[in-house]
Amino acid sequence: MAGTRGYVNRRLHSLLGVIPIGIFLIQHLTVNFFATRGPEAFNAAAHFMESLPYRYVLETFIIFLPLLFHAIYGVYIAFTAKSNLSNFGYFRNWMFIFQRITGIITLIFIAWHVWETRIAIGFGWAELNYQLMEGILTEPFFFWFYIVGVISTTFHFSNGLWSFFVSWGITVSPRSQKIMTYASIIIFLAISYVGVRTLIQFAYGI
Amino acid sequence: MSENKTITMIITRQDHPDESSYEEKFEIPYRENMNVISALMEIRRNPVNADGEPTTPVYWDMGCLEEVCGACSMVINGTPRQSCTALVDQLEQPIRLEPMTTFPVNRDLAVDRSRMFDSLKKVKGWIPIDGTHDLGPGPKMPESKRQWAYELSKCMTCGVCLEACPNVNSKSDFIGPAALSQVRLFNSHPTGEMNKSERLQTIMDAEGLMGCGNAQNCVQACPKGIPLTTSIAALNRDTAVESFKSFFGSDQRV
Ligand code: HEM
Ligand code: SF4
Ligand code: FES
Repeated sequence: MAGTRGYVNRRLHSLLGVIPIGIFLIQHLTVNFFATRGPEAFNAAAHFMESLPYRYVLETFIIFLPLLFHAIYGVYIAFTAKSNLSNFGYFRNWMFIFQRITGIITLIFIAWHVWETRIAIGFGWAELNYQLMEGILTEPFFFWFYIVGVISTTFHFSNGLWSFFVSWGITVSPRSQKIMTYASIIIFLAISYVGVRTLIQFAYGI
Repeated sequence: MSENKTITMIITRQDHPDESSYEEKFEIPYRENMNVISALMEIRRNPVNADGEPTTPVYWDMGCLEEVCGACSMVINGTPRQSCTALVDQLEQPIRLEPMTTFPVNRDLAVDRSRMFDSLKKVKGWIPIDGTHDLGPGPKMPESKRQWAYELSKCMTCGVCLEACPNVNSKSDFIGPAALSQVRLFNSHPTGEMNKSERLQTIMDAEGLMGCGNAQNCVQACPKGIPLTTSIAALNRDTAVESFKSFFGSDQRV
């Protein structure tokens, strides 16, 4: 893509990864974490989100459209890279490849996850409550599918945050980039804990 | 002691830009303090391969022989680098020589790096001072800035950073780190700075700055130790400000 359009698309892709998708991710994991306080707490939190005013506008402009753009353009970016880890096994090169692999895994995971929750609820095939997720996650295959999907997403977001800071020229010096690497590792561990802890709650009730 | 010692080299060869490549093995007599170029010269003196068959001499490019021109770059045991500073004693044998894959092969190890010079033209990698009359002395440069700008000016357009980049490949038009860093160099110069925004505009597209995916191999691979990823991040900042100014501001138009 030549000219300004290619530039704007790339800037938009980078921005949308954090605002709003990244912020939505944190919010989503946080609301789900209510499950660790029991089914009632989860249901109350989920129903609060469900009953937000102009919900379809929020869903469309904060979640669906940004995610769709980021995902489609992300697949294009991912497939224009050519891995050369065998000759250049540096840490950042690994992160570069992981960013692309986790992008693809996250896409598959989100597509399935949205299908069996939001779309199923939209069609009236399912109801949004604790039992819906309990039903899915007590099946061992889906428990592990969700574990992989959630960790892939949290990795993609945390490492993406690191590259976001470079892409917008916030971390320019090697030292600031290094400190941001440590910060992104801490963010990865923290939000992975929140996500995985919630999955264990749904699957094992503990 | 070193009388009968030999060096084994496996060289990827190609007779013509349009023909496919093949490997040829050579055994050459060892001498002390050889570099890859003196080993190649040995083959040129006696073009016989390891099977004892006469062959054509291996072709390669060179210029300065002191790692400042970049012409002799090739992939040595998997690593793109200059063959003039690749010492045989420090290399694992057999020594594998391949042309860099980023560029079209002219013949054997010699590649055509025209795309790098085209990129320098694209980004206006110069300072326009030609005119019809003497413009007088330009503004002075602070010493602290001169020091880091000097580091950027060491680039010899060798192509190693493009070879190391996972986003520079046949599926993408990314111009690579070298030309980007030159934008930062010329923008840092007090006279060059007068065309700063013009130069930034040349890299604000998907083939320019936006082609970078932050794998940061380039900065590890550059033989001149140029802080390429710092340059790229700095340009990310400059272009973000530039887009903001050109969209909301009126710096470029009345
Ligand atoms: C929960 C969903 C997602 C979040 C929170 C997210 C977040 C991010 C963030 C913050 C970045 C960094 C942007 C930058 O470098 O400036 C990024 C980059 C990227 N994302 Fe996503 N992303 C998500 C889903 C996806 C999906 C589904 C794909 C599809 C494959 C994808 C592909 C990519 C790619 C390839 C990059 C690298 C861009 C580059 O470095 O040039 N992402 N993402
Ligand atoms: S930046 Fe370094 S690796 Fe790249 S062309 Fe210049 S000297 Fe070679
Ligand atoms: S001959 Fe000039 S860099 Fe090797």
